[in-house]
This record gives sequence, C-alpha cells and structure tokens, in this order.
Amino acid sequence: MLAFCRDCLTPAAIGAVRCRACGSPRLAAHAELDRLSIAHIDCDAFYAAVEKRDDPSLADMPVIIGGGKRGVVSTACYVARIHGVRSAMPMFQALKLCPDAVVIRPNMEKYVAVGRQVRAAMLELTPLVEPLSIDEAFLDLSGTERLHGASPALALARFQQRIERDIGITLSVGLSFNKFLAKIASDLDKPRGFAVIGRGEALAFLAPRPVSTIWGVGKAFEAKLAADGIRTVGQLQGMREGELARRYGSMGFRLARLSRAEDRRPVDPRHEPKSVGAETTFDADLADHTALRPILRRLSEKVSGRLKRAQLAGVTVTLKLKTADFKLRSRARQLPDPTQLADRIFRAAESLLAHETNGTFYRLIGVSISDFADPAIADPDDLVDPGAGKRAKAEKAIDAVREKFGRGAVEHGLTFGTRSSAQTGGRRDEFHDVRDPGTRDGRG
Amino acid sequence: MRATLERSNLLKSLNHVHRVVERRNTIPILSNVLLKAAGSTLTLKATDLDLEVTETVPAEIGRAGGTTVPAHMLYDIVRKLPDGAEVALETSADGQTLIVRSGRSNFALQMLPESDFPDLTTGDFPVRFEVPAAAFKGLIDRTQFAISTEETRYYLNGIYFHTPTAEGRPVLRAVATDGHRLARAQVAAPEGAEAMPGIIVPRKTVGELQKLLDTPDETVTVEVSETKIRVTVGAVVLTSKLIDGTFPDYARVIPQNNDKALKVDRAAFAEAVDRVSTIASERGRAVKLALTSDGRMALTVNNPDSGSATEELDVGYDADPLDIGFNARYLLDIAAQLKTGSALFRLADPGSPTLIQDEGDDDALYVLMPMRV
Repeated sequence: MLAFCRDCLTPAAIGAVRCRACGSPRLAAHAELDRLSIAHIDCDAFYAAVEKRDDPSLADMPVIIGGGKRGVVSTACYVARIHGVRSAMPMFQALKLCPDAVVIRPNMEKYVAVGRQVRAAMLELTPLVEPLSIDEAFLDLSGTERLHGASPALALARFQQRIERDIGITLSVGLSFNKFLAKIASDLDKPRGFAVIGRGEALAFLAPRPVSTIWGVGKAFEAKLAADGIRTVGQLQGMREGELARRYGSMGFRLARLSRAEDRRPVDPRHEPKSVGAETTFDADLADHTALRPILRRLSEKVSGRLKRAQLAGVTVTLKLKTADFKLRSRARQLPDPTQLADRIFRAAESLLAHETNGTFYRLIGVSISDFADPAIADPDDLVDPGAGKRAKAEKAIDAVREKFGRGAVEHGLTFGTRSSAQTGGRRDEFHDVRDPGTRDGRG
Repeated sequence: MRATLERSNLLKSLNHVHRVVERRNTIPILSNVLLKAAGSTLTLKATDLDLEVTETVPAEIGRAGGTTVPAHMLYDIVRKLPDGAEVALETSADGQTLIVRSGRSNFALQMLPESDFPDLTTGDFPVRFEVPAAAFKGLIDRTQFAISTEETRYYLNGIYFHTPTAEGRPVLRAVATDGHRLARAQVAAPEGAEAMPGIIVPRKTVGELQKLLDTPDETVTVEVSETKIRVTVGAVVLTSKLIDGTFPDYARVIPQNNDKALKVDRAAFAEAVDRVSTIASERGRAVKLALTSDGRMALTVNNPDSGSATEELDVGYDADPLDIGFNARYLLDIAAQLKTGSALFRLADPGSPTLIQDEGDDDALYVLMPMRV
C-alpha cells in the first residue's frame, strides 16, 4: 500500500487528491511508503497543547507558555505563532507582537506526566524508542510489520490518531530511512503532519536547503562556510569527503555524509544525555555576587537532583551567564573526580562566578554538568578535607528527608527565604538535557 | 652587544631557560629570553613572572651589552645548527634586530629592550643552606606525583617543604597530596635549614628543578625568603615565587593506629596491579584487594563495560580477613616510588586511609584513601 487516507486509514490511489471513502484531503502517499521505517515523532506546541486540552476556553486564543515579564517563551501555540511569536523569544517582545496572548507559567509536572503517556504509547509500537526530550523521540519500526499487521507508515498514522483521541494532543511524524532525514521530515508538515522522505528524492530534496539544515552547523560555522562560498547542501554534495575533512576537520566528514543523506546512527533507546543543566532568567538584571550566589546554589541543587535520579555523575561544571546586552558567557571547570553532589557543583560554579562578578549586569544564570562517569567512582572521600565527606553525608540525609516530606522540607541557609520572592518575581527555571547538536532545539 | 660561543654551550643553556617561557603570552616581553654579555660570559634569563631561570655560560665578548629576543625561536634556531658550530650573536647597528650568525646561516631577530625585562630576584633571602643534589632530587621524585592539579585548592598545587623534628633529629621534609593520596619524604636537615619557614613550591617549579638536578654529585644551594625560593645548581639559578597559602595539617591524615600489617613483594605486587588494571580502561576504577588470614591476596577489577580480572598473590598477612579497594593508578604510582624489595601496608578498615612504606625505610611514607568497592 503506497497511499492511504490519514483520517480513515483506507488505502488510496497514488495521485489521488481526496480519499474515496471519506473525502478527506489528508492523504499519505509515497512510492517508498511501505519500505521506510525510521520515524521522528514530535508533539505539536506541546506545553501549549496540554494547557489548551485542559482548558478548552483557550482553544482559539493565542497561548504562550513561559515565565514572567522578563522570561522567555518556552512554547507558543500555533495561534500565537501567526503573530510571529517563537520559542526562546524574550517575553516582552512576544507580548509586543501579540498583546492579547494568554501567558501561562509552565507546569512541568503536568507536561512530564503527559510526556510519559506518549512515551508509553510509543513503546507499544517498538522497543526501539530513543527519546530526545519530553515530547519528541526517534523510533525504529523495522521488522514490526507482522506485529502490527501494517507497514510502519500505517502503524504511525494509527498512532497519531490514537494520541489525538486518547491523550488529546496532536503530533507530527517524519518518516524516512535514517534519523537525519526523519527529523527534517517531522518539521515539514507541522502541525498534525505526516511527511515522508524516501531514498529516491533525498539528494534532490536536500540540495537547495541551507547548510544549517545539517546538525552541528550553527551560526558561526554557517558564517564560516558562507565565507568559503558554501551556502547550500547541494554545494556540499558536489565536494569530496577528503577535501571537506581537510578544510573543516571532523565536521567535514559530517558535512560530506549528511549532505549525501548518509546517516548511520542507529536509533538507540539507551542514548544518554551529554549534559544536565538548569538555568533561570531574572526579573531585574543582577550584578552582585551575593545576589547571584543563592540562585546558583538553588540551580546546583536542581542539577544535582537530576543527576541523582538519573544515576549519573559528571566531571565538567559549566557556568553560563547572559549579560544585560544578551552576550553569552560560558566558563567551565573540571573536577578532579566525578560528582553528583549539589555542594561540589555549587562550589565549582561559584568559583567560576567569582571571576565574572566584576560589575557586569546579567539577565540569566545557568549551571550544567557534563562528561559523565560511573557514579560508583563519584565523590570519593578526601584526606585533607574531612568537611567534604561530612557535607556529602549531610546532603544525602537532606535528600532522604526531601524524598519523604517534599522539596521544601529542608532548605540550605543560602537559599532560605529567596525562593518565594523568586516565584512571585516571575523567574523562569528551565531544565535541559543536551544530547547531540542535531537534537537540541525548540518544541514544535 | 656582541658575543661568540660554542653552539653546544648555548643550546644547553637555552634548553634550561626556554622551558620557563610559556608558549602563549599576552605580554610580549615574556616570550623573550634576556641575553646579557659582560666580562667573559653570556647570561641568559627567562621568566613567566612566577618562575625565573638564569644561566651563565662562557663566551667571547666583543662588546658588552644586553637585549631580548623570542626564546623559543632562538632555541629552535640554535637546535637546528650543526653540531660543533660556533654561534655569533650581535645587535645590529640600528638597534632593531639581533643578528645570529653561524657558518653560512644568518638570522635577524626582532628585539625588545632589555630594560623592559622583569626581574624577580630582588629582595633578601634570609635562609640559606646547601644540600646534595641527589638528596634534594630524591625528596622531589618521591612526592611530586601526589601534587594536586585542582585549581580551587591552590595550596595543594605544590610540594610543602619544612623542617620539623622527627625522632629527635631535625629533618628537611617534603609533603604533597591531592586529597586521594599523600606522599611524605625526608632527609636529615642540612645545616642552616632549620630556620626555614614552611614553604609550598609550585608544581611548575618542581618540574623544572627535577630536570636541573640531573648531576647527583653536585651540591645545591637553596635560599628562601617569605615569598620566594632560589636554587643554585652549578651555573643555573632558579628563582620562584612560593604558593601563598597554608598547607593543611597533614600529620592528622597519617594513620597511627592501623593494626593490620600486610607485606608484599613490591615488584610482584606492582606487576599484578598493572595486569588486572588493564580491564579498568577508565581512570579511577578500583582494584579490590581481598586478604585472607592465611596470607593470600586476590586482586580483582570489575568493569561493567569490559569484563573482569583476578590475580592471586602470596603475601605476608595474618590479621582478620579484609576487602579493600584502591584506585589502580594511585597504587601503581606509589609502587613505582618504593625502592626496596618489600612494601609494608598498614590497614585499618575498608573506609580508612592506609599507610604504605618501604620495608626498613622510615624516610618515605605514603597514605592512600581507599575507594568503595
């Protein structure tokens, strides 16, 4: 079956405009439709969709999920997008574009719960689900035809309907023969999309696209390529791999392969995040070390909590600051041993912060940890700093108390009394797991 | 300035001084080596503002004077000149370049004025003593591996030298630790050393000293002030700032009451650790030592990613059975420092620091923090 109706799932003829059975124009048709099995599934405006589901009066209103006047947009619904609102846009700018928008503070617990429902449904399609974030994942449906009694394409269309019906949100599917193209495809037909890129047209499809289509090509690298006269993927297709490698090092290989639609990365259900971090944007710009410290401490505790839950320990602590004029500063320090303790993360980040608090005003601070190692070798006892061992024990005791009585049960002296003002003041805290550059972007 | 000297003499001196010069410098003069011709010698000097090395070599001086030129470049030039060549260094008439001439090779190097070159050596050095090069090098060799690289604990980024009294005699003692292991070595205090305050000599200085102390028969002069140390080895004078910090009270860390004695053949033990730790691909993995009262030790490494390894060893041990884990690399580092045939371990329990020494040598001891296994 090379074409079917996405509404009633009955087979259709290739080239048909509408379904013969139900008259819907939403047809999926492709010459390779029954031979493609790598999918990228991405929920549509996920946070906003969940809020609209829970409050139908919002259905036709522009909804922005994000924090405070000074925060940034985490998700904008499709109505708000018509006005030009985008994720990661500062809130004041978003409200200028769309003054009628309903701004809703993110309710992460709710989104995580819905994300888990979607994930569970994906796992019924195939065990090979590689989650990229709370609301998107790669799926490999190879060899599931007998199980589902249907091609991967049809199984995905059914899945799409099922999520709409049972969970009440919509999602977009990209179907292709590798992760790189599946990811591009899911973005082509959003929202409620179903896009297919087959082997036959992959090269021609990529050729006119900008080089930034290739994951890992950011603004800086794009400018570098532009300086060398390379703007489209098609130009890369015409260049030899060796030549690209000579010019651009390991990125050259990536350019050569991906431009030719070659991506052999498997869908890896155990794919682990490369870093864990938390950051927050302030209501009013801050320059003072004593004002930034408690915030950093709180963020360190969040990161540490995530590490402990995920059974991870990291070596490199990175401090991220955004100045009042939106310049990004990033400072990193390697620890002698991997850690998962808030205390160690905070101490390392704080010593980095000490060099940056020289009167500069900041609008954002973040801390993250990367270079993961086996938590079994994390946080060894120290000969000359017996305090470290005591602090580690204290932290574990605090974790246990929080586990039992909730997060607010015990608080560090440094952050005590700062939390409530932070909340009424409208800070936005955001977690992020960073995997590889190709999968780190906003929600669809 | 005009000086002529043998290539090998110039190369040897440049080799000593150019290492101090950092490859990347924001202050241009710090990339340069100072050359000063006077009497019948050429003096070379390089610095990174924390450490300065000066060396004097015999030379034929045509015209006294001084200048500075890029250190690594001059070193590379002299290194590439043929063996046995004679090298002439002469400032050009316009005072802009230094002409380096040897055989049919000619180089003109941009100069920076001598007067801009920083000087670290000023100030009094109230403490002065002499120590045999071999003894001084021994102190460094046996402790250097334990120096911490952790920037936040800068006071551990060097070797702590001081002169306490041990068993009724004054000793010159070196201590280094990174929090995981501690190394302590000592020699009888040379005359005049007792007056020395406790000093922390930074890692880079320690490394340079180690390379300079390669002639065991020599005697080294050590001078110390509150903030600096100056070491004279033959024609080389090394002056370094000290780390301004307080070294932790390390005596607290050295276990006094570890009751379980273990004696191992040093070489057999080191080889066994080396073999089983092959499995431990990642640094920081533990070797588990399982000791039984009948004098047997099983060394085990488990790596969930690659597999496991076990080796058995006959050892001297008759205390209660004990399982204890150590970082494989730290064990190897210490085994490499031990000199005699047998190593003595004093253990308490799997969570407490362990003491390691050479049998019959109380002048060096090592403390190692166990790992959870």
